[in-house]
Amino acid sequence: MSASTPLLRVEGLTKTFRMYHLDSMLHAFEGVSFDLHEGEFLLLRGHNGAGKSTLLRTIWRSYLPVGGHLWYRSQLGDIDLATAADVDIALLRREEIGFVTQFLNARPRVAAQDIVAEPLRLAGAGQAEALDQARHWLDQFGVRPELWRAYPSTFSGGEQQKVNLARALILPQRLLLLDEPTASLDVGARAALVRRLADLKGQGVAIVGVFHHPGDVAQLIDREINLNTRVVSDHSEREDHVAV
Amino acid sequence: MSLDLGLPALDRAAPRLMRAEPLLAMRDISKTYGDVRALRHVDAVVYSGEVMGIVGESGSGKSTLLRMMNLEDTPESGDYRLRLPQRDDGNLFDLGRYDRRMLCARHIGIVYQNPHLGLLMRHSSSGNVAERLLIAGERSFDVLRAKAREALDASEFPLSRMDARPIELSGGMQQRVQLAKAIALEPALLLLDEPTTGLDVSVQALVLDTLKRLQRDRKITMVLVSHDLGVIRTMADRVMVMRHGEVVEQGLADQVFQDPQHPYTQQLVHAKL
Repeated sequence: MSASTPLLRVEGLTKTFRMYHLDSMLHAFEGVSFDLHEGEFLLLRGHNGAGKSTLLRTIWRSYLPVGGHLWYRSQLGDIDLATAADVDIALLRREEIGFVTQFLNARPRVAAQDIVAEPLRLAGAGQAEALDQARHWLDQFGVRPELWRAYPSTFSGGEQQKVNLARALILPQRLLLLDEPTASLDVGARAALVRRLADLKGQGVAIVGVFHHPGDVAQLIDREINLNTRVVSDHSEREDHVAV
Repeated sequence: MSLDLGLPALDRAAPRLMRAEPLLAMRDISKTYGDVRALRHVDAVVYSGEVMGIVGESGSGKSTLLRMMNLEDTPESGDYRLRLPQRDDGNLFDLGRYDRRMLCARHIGIVYQNPHLGLLMRHSSSGNVAERLLIAGERSFDVLRAKAREALDASEFPLSRMDARPIELSGGMQQRVQLAKAIALEPALLLLDEPTTGLDVSVQALVLDTLKRLQRDRKITMVLVSHDLGVIRTMADRVMVMRHGEVVEQGLADQVFQDPQHPYTQQLVHAKL
């Protein structure tokens, strides 16, 4: 592990869902801890239901943790994402933390190129520049030009996912959370994604990801955590396993 | 200028990055109509540039709260402050009728579900927008016409119909005229009371897209009331859930929909088709 200060320090993170209609609790994971440094790629492993996606959503704060800390070194100061104000989380999502899911969630009747350009427009880019960039990334992920002005709700699952990736990765973030982003992608788009992730990693973006086929990103992975066994494996020193 | 908004009590927080500024702060708002307690000790904070969604069943108090934000009514108790440039009006509920009207005309826009509440149906569409400008003191015909045209254009209203009366327009077009009227003076706060209810889904999508563009390009802060969870989920950054005049939960929109904490919110989210 690097001696530098981590970008994200997860300490004893615990998530439980309370389901009132069933009068029951569902325990997702308990006491998860790890550090993540700039430019590091961490793979989350585990069987179905181990809590991989839940962990990502808890870092993103779609899910509220019930215990533990998520210390994040933001450009505006250190903050515990587990207890941060909603408005601060919204700000960090706009400027520093990205989340890529398997599904495109976009407003209806908005063209693919406008959906992809939106993060740039929100960041202050002009319309022409944002559209140029959007078209570039749609092209990189293999979306045909005749679809750029069409509404993605009519696209196949794979094409929608390409739009989703182009939008999510158009702006470099400091921390990127990936929830099975290669699901439903064809070979060309998968290769484009790996190239983009390698590029972002090289720029210092820290990445935590869940992949159905981890082999797709094997060359990028620095460490992995198995949520079943709670063992961290360092890919550069595969013999060195430490319990978390 | 900074307002003492009592934020920790309103927004779960430990240390804050403190870059986002609250535009609106309401504290301890209570209102009773006859035997009905419409609002019970409601606190609300809305930050500059965000879309705050308010959801809840009919009679939960969401539209009443919006009317309070538009100073159409006065609660029995409570404090309401807006952070506006070069102004400090104190508790806005202490303002008289004229001052309220002027403040709303200049700084707060509203779009009602029912266009009859927001528009003069037998005046021209451009005249409806110009009326808002007249209240704010504009008197030059050329300026009124130009500003009305600009606001209608920004609301994606077809300019070829700017002299048509709202009564001759479709529901979607009437909402665009309301929107143009509401944004004509570039308000700090735009209040939207079920703005797409009753519109067919394709028109609804276009109106929502227009609102999103306005929020992005003009940085207008919006409070959106809707019983349609899909509309709120698409539009809102944060959400307040109301029931029986109380705020039972508030949070980031995706958190409220994916990990609701209150039994009523869980019921509401699970009931969505």
